[in-house]
Formats: sequence, C-alpha cells, structure tokens
Amino acid sequence: MPKLTSLDDLKALRTQLKKDIKARTETGTTITVGMGTCGIAAGARETMQAFLSELAEREIDAQVVTTGCIGMCHEEPLVDIQQGDGPRITYGKVHPDMVPRIVEEHLAQGQAVDKWVVGRLTQEEE
Amino acid sequence: MAERYRADVLVSCLHGRSPELIPALEEEIEQRGLSKEVRVVETGCRGFCTMGPVVTIQPEGVFYIKVQPADVPELVEETLIKGRVVKRLTYKEPSTREKIPTYQDIPFYGKQMRIVLRNCGMINPKSIDEYIAVDGYQALGQVLTSMTPEEVIEEIKTSGLRGRGGGGFNTGRKWAATRRAEGDIKYVIANGDEGDPGAFMDRALMEGDPHAVLEGMIIGGYAVGAQEGYIYVRDEYPLAIENLTTAIEKAREYGLLGKDIFGSGFDFEIKIVRGAGAFVCGESSALMQSLEGKIGEPRAKHIHATDRGLWDRPSCLNNVETWANVPHIINGGGEWFASIGTENSKGTKAFCLVGKVRNPGLIEVPMGITLDEIVNDIGGGAPKGREIKAVQTGGPSGGCIPAHLLDLPVDYESLSEAGSMMGSGGMIVMDDRTCMVDIARYFLEFLRDESCGKCVTCREGIKRMLEILTDICQGRGEPEDIDHLEELAETVQAASLCGLGKSAPNPVLSTLRYFRDEYDAHVVDKFCPAGVCRDLVSFYILSDQCVGCGVCVKVCPQDAISGERKEPHVIDQSKCIQCGACFDACRFSSITVKSRSETQAEAQPMPA
Repeated sequence: MPKLTSLDDLKALRTQLKKDIKARTETGTTITVGMGTCGIAAGARETMQAFLSELAEREIDAQVVTTGCIGMCHEEPLVDIQQGDGPRITYGKVHPDMVPRIVEEHLAQGQAVDKWVVGRLTQEEE
Repeated sequence: MAERYRADVLVSCLHGRSPELIPALEEEIEQRGLSKEVRVVETGCRGFCTMGPVVTIQPEGVFYIKVQPADVPELVEETLIKGRVVKRLTYKEPSTREKIPTYQDIPFYGKQMRIVLRNCGMINPKSIDEYIAVDGYQALGQVLTSMTPEEVIEEIKTSGLRGRGGGGFNTGRKWAATRRAEGDIKYVIANGDEGDPGAFMDRALMEGDPHAVLEGMIIGGYAVGAQEGYIYVRDEYPLAIENLTTAIEKAREYGLLGKDIFGSGFDFEIKIVRGAGAFVCGESSALMQSLEGKIGEPRAKHIHATDRGLWDRPSCLNNVETWANVPHIINGGGEWFASIGTENSKGTKAFCLVGKVRNPGLIEVPMGITLDEIVNDIGGGAPKGREIKAVQTGGPSGGCIPAHLLDLPVDYESLSEAGSMMGSGGMIVMDDRTCMVDIARYFLEFLRDESCGKCVTCREGIKRMLEILTDICQGRGEPEDIDHLEELAETVQAASLCGLGKSAPNPVLSTLRYFRDEYDAHVVDKFCPAGVCRDLVSFYILSDQCVGCGVCVKVCPQDAISGERKEPHVIDQSKCIQCGACFDACRFSSITVKSRSETQAEAQPMPA
C-alpha cells in the first residue's frame, strides 16, 4: 500500500473502497433475482453472478438481492429491477448472456429492454 | 477492481460467546457456493448486548439475535439463498409480542441518534479500508490541507462539545489553553481508563471504531501543536488494545500517522499505554502519573495540565468518546453539531443502560432527551412489570435520581442539579426490588477498594461511612448514624484532593436526599422494604393468595418451601436464608416481606 500523500489520494482511494461496502449503503436501485428452487433450477445463480460481475465491472450503483418463488415458475429465472420509486420491471428467462444488455440499456441508459419484459408493477398496484 | 458482493453478513456482540459462529458461517457459505456473492464481516458492538451474538444481513437489514452455530445452516439456506426471514431468530418486542425482522424498525434503535457510534457494528474495525469508505480520515485531510490550528479550535468551540468523561469541561477551551501554553513539546492523551461499574461505552468505541479515536486525536494534536499522543487503556480490555494496535499500524502504513501527513509537514505519532485497571487512574492527574511510570496517585491541580501535564509539558487530555466526536464535528461543521441537544449541552451522548430494564445495552441519544424516554422507550421499562424506583447515573461518583424526576432532561446541568452527574455514561436502572441503602453501601465498598489512600479523609472517611452503612443494613443502625453519615460526607467532600474523594459521598447524599424513608425504615423499624437486607427481613407466603403452583419450590436453593400442589405453600423459617428468590419468582404476588424483629416477637419465645 503506497502512502497517502495528499487529500486527493484519500479521495481516490475512497471512491474505490466505497464499492466494497456497497451492500451497506443506499443506492436507489434494487435488482431482485428470484431464487426459489424453480429459479435455481433454471439457472438463477449464474444469472445473479453475471449481474454482480457486470455491475462491478461497469461500476454501476445497484444492490442485488434475492427472493423466493413468486409463482411464475415457467418464466424463471426472473429478475426484477426497481429504480427509486419507479415501476418494478420484471424480466423473464434471463440467461447470463442477456445480463450485459439489460445492464447497458436499463441501468445505464434508462430504457427497459421491452422484448424481455414480462411484467410491470407500479407502486399503486403493489 | 473491487469485489462486488450482493450481501454482507455483519456479525457482532460475540464477546466470547460462540467464537465459532464466524467460521461456521464462512464454511456454510463456502459449501453452498455463495462465497463469491456473500461476505462475512466481524464488526464491533451494536449495543443490543443481551441479544448477542447479533447478525445483520445487509442490504435488507435483516436482524437476527442470539444466533448460535447450530442456526447457521437454516440461516444461510433461508435468508441468503431463498431470501426469506427465519422468524424464530428475529427480535420479539416484549410489549407487543410482535416479531420485528429488520433492525431499522426495532424501537430500541428508533429513538437513538447515532453520531459517535455510527460506525460501531457497521464496519469491520480491523479494516482501515472500510473506515475510509465511510468517509474516514476525510476530516483529517480537510483540517491538514485547508485549516489553521486556530480555525480547528474555533470550529470545536462553535460545536459546543464538552468533555464526555464526566466533568463536562468545554473541549474547545481546553484545546485553546493547550495551544496557548508555552513549550515546543506538547501531548494529547485519550483517557480510555473506563472504571465505572457497568459502563462500557469507551470499550465499545475503541473496539468498534478505533480509527475514529485516532483521527480525533490527530486532529487534536494538530490543533494544539502536539507531536505525540497517548491512549491510556486498561488492560482488562484486550480486544480494544488489539483493535487499536491494528488501527495504529494500518494508519502508519497509509501515511496517516508518521511524518508529513498528507504532505502538510505535520508529524504525529500515537502510542498505546496499558493501565492496570485502577479506578483512580481515570482521574486526569493520576492517569498522567501512571503514564510516566509512577504510582497512579492524583496530584494537586494548582497548575492545569494544559500548562504542565505529562512530564511537565502542556497536555490535552480528553475522554475517548470526546476524541471520537471530533471527526464528525469537522465533517458536519460545528454549527450542525451545536444544533443538536440543549442550550449548554450539545450533541449526543453514549450511555450504557444496565440494571432492571428489558433491553440493556449501549445507546446513543441526543442531549436533552428525558430519562423516561431512555428507560421506558429504549430500555423497554422494568422487566416483569415491576416499578422503576430510581436511575443511577455517573457511576460511583454520581447519584440516584428518583422515579418522580424521570422527566428530567439529560444534560450536564440538569443532572447536577438533581444531585447526580453526567459522568462517563453509566446508567443503572433500579426497580422496587432494589434497596437504596444497600446500593449506597455497594458503591462505597467499591470506592473504599479503589481509593488510592493519599488523603486521610478519603481513605478513612469512606471506610467509616461504609462501616456505618453496613451496620444499618445488618440491623445495628442507630438514629444518630444518619447524622454521622452526613457529617462524614461533608468532610470527605471538602478535604479530599481529587475527584474520587470529592464525589465519593454522592451515592450516600443522593440516596439520603430522595430515599430518607428507607434509611429510617432500616434504622428505626429495622426493616428493609425492598427485601434485600437479609438480616432485617423474613419472607412469608400469604395463604389466602397462594395458588400452590410450586414455582417457588423449584427456585428455593434451601428446599425451605413445602406444600401440596394447588394448596397454599409454607416457608420453613429455620431453613430460609432470605435470598428472595421465591419473592422474585412468584407470579401471584402471594409472597410478602415482613420485618424480622416483628415476626420474631410474634413467634413463641425460645426457651432460655
């Protein structure tokens, strides 16, 4: 570890380290991966890991959480993305290959990938 | 590239209980193939002490209490894999019997305001990286690169921060005095000799957020013009010493201690000195004597330590909690800090809430909150629906505040007016099963053992007062004893050199002030209303109220209680040792305390 010789060094180091404790800070974006038995069997673990590494690589602020089966087992792996108070958008049959495009278009550009969306929940409906 | 995890499992409050918990968690996570997604972090105290070991799973904030290694497979399976809450491990609110899965919603945390304890239980205290990630050392960087020492002192003055060790002296003024003092070599010292029975705020801070203490000291060192800092920690705190040592090594490695910090030309070093755990060494002048390697005895303070302290050099001594407040003040600004609290007491204070409350633990509240809110809302009131009789603050030097004054705001002045003091932050709650004479006796016993013996009044006076109190508790008290106690108390207060002696009579004086009737009961009626002083009481079962449930039979250590099931039971007075276990256990209030002398008179006289 090189010594910190200026305030800028500290700031640079902090920016880097903040990512390390991401799970403990508010980000406003939650990615929920369905990880019931049905989800895991359909490959949800690989999908989730793809999200984790994609987020880390692109340095995007988002929390990845897991949940159980929500009943739409034929569409697993299911991934919900919710940004702030916005609608909760659900993607179905998310293969790890699809993750980079979802992250790019939905999270980076703010445009959901409509052709993979299987459901939308707004706050009132919930 | 930093590793990204989807969940952090924060484990705290191990304190020797289940050290296997962390390896068990790690192993289970590894076996389930989650080690790339989930990380286990050992953190400092979260304050919810009776509930430990406590596990918090972030980002959801799922909060599990009393987690044992055997719970690990279920916890990992349900929560980390399936995202479900394991209900049986969640906290149950005693008043509503409702299970609360996330820690943000638990009332114990709801009323608190965590500034100085903010990082305790949230970061790994052994990792400087995690401290930096939560804006650690930002204040130091700002101070060293853009502020003059005078500006730093001015900021601390604006904040209104006062010493958190008990005295409550204005920190900014102390710093200014040290800065003004003549001399090239100056010291800053952190007082981590926490001696009050039942108090552990400083330990939690040193264990849970050691870098905050270091950062505060480095800033203080810069402000007063010191080159060296000492942390005086008692040797009973091995984990505090370990974490502080690691923190100092890491800070040195990162260039945050040593020469030319942040390229500012400012050099600073911090050393840890272990104390042998003498209560009197928490007193500033005795602490400095001990630091110098001499016997820890206080000396006269005609000259302030800010002029001539450690090795006769100007020294700025503050409590650990005071130091840990400094980085937060610099980051948030003095005015922000001054906006919290009351007119003369600013900011927050950490307290150790112990004794007869449902939720004992380490808490932090804004100044000016009432004792009632602390005891009843955060502490959850007295267990078993008993009544709270008094709250003792300030440790052995403090005093007891009776229940009718519980709406008193917590600040330096209000507590002093009520005959107690802020102290370092111990808060002992007492219910109607606590005898106030016995409490005074307990504290004097502690002080007699801890008096250094330098002043006759303290050495002999406390001893004599203790003898009188012991007599009263054992039924040998005379009415004039209370006058003697008051006279002795005044003398000890007036003629002792240091804070220990000067405040030693406080437990007696404050209990006399508010609970005179209990003293009178002991002396005149030879009776202890709380049923604590064994020589004065006998326990009887009220036969018309006893339902014969047999609970008292089970708890009696002497097998003195007998009776048929569902029939009234009887205590065999010849076997009873007056421990009161049955009295506490009975759920039907059918056991009563009577004066021993009265009942003996009623009983048949023994043959001569």
